[in-house]
Amino acid sequence: MSLRSPLGRVLGLGTAKDGTSHWWGQRVSAVALLLLGLWFAFSLATMDSFSHSAAVAFVASPMNSLLLLLLIVAMGYHSYLGVQVVLEDYVHAPGLKLVSLLLSRFAHIFFAVAAIFAILKIGLGA
Amino acid sequence: MSNIDRPLSPHLSIYRWPITMALSILHRATGIAMSVGFIVLAAWLFDIASGPETYAVFLKYMDTLIGKLLLIGWSFAFFYHLSNGVRHLYWDTGRGLEKEQATRSAWLVLAAAIVLTAVFWWVAS
Repeated sequence: MSLRSPLGRVLGLGTAKDGTSHWWGQRVSAVALLLLGLWFAFSLATMDSFSHSAAVAFVASPMNSLLLLLLIVAMGYHSYLGVQVVLEDYVHAPGLKLVSLLLSRFAHIFFAVAAIFAILKIGLGA
Repeated sequence: MSNIDRPLSPHLSIYRWPITMALSILHRATGIAMSVGFIVLAAWLFDIASGPETYAVFLKYMDTLIGKLLLIGWSFAFFYHLSNGVRHLYWDTGRGLEKEQATRSAWLVLAAAIVLTAVFWWVAS
């Protein structure tokens, strides 16, 4: 016996089959950000100075470069997943929903890649 | 097909706000705030890479009253979202979901967020 509603059968729509990976990805990135976020907060709080040379020295240290790259990736991913849920909850007009989801994805990738490029540029001393 | 006379269930406006409800929407609000903060984090790194002149402009904006208030807001958003995120992960194990437990953990999360934010600025200054 099918438990699907008559409307669901007529429309022929099912699940997108990726709900679990969205949920799980949000949890995995949350655990990563718990560690990376606390490291970053601690680093910011204990920084002696925010002058340009001090900031360059901080980012250029290999371990800091590595952790910053991981932070940006985890944060960009977690933020994208979160904003996606918010948009899906509140934006109902089909066209606007598609456009806002598209803009959110582009913006997240844009700023994440900008940050990654900057970290690499500083870290590699280019 | 629509029947405007059908009974409606009570909606948001009719309830007194329990602490758990306030924290739930605050989790979402702080998440969105940090999505905006992500842009500033990227700008910070990009401006460091761009050189001292560009970075000076970034520092100038952050050194204003609004800039400082935003930084304090983001730090609270971070510690709140982190504390409440741990609460969510604990819930995901199927524990702490009773009404009284959720109310107790709500106050705990709020206290943790305020204390962590205060400690952060105390260490930073």
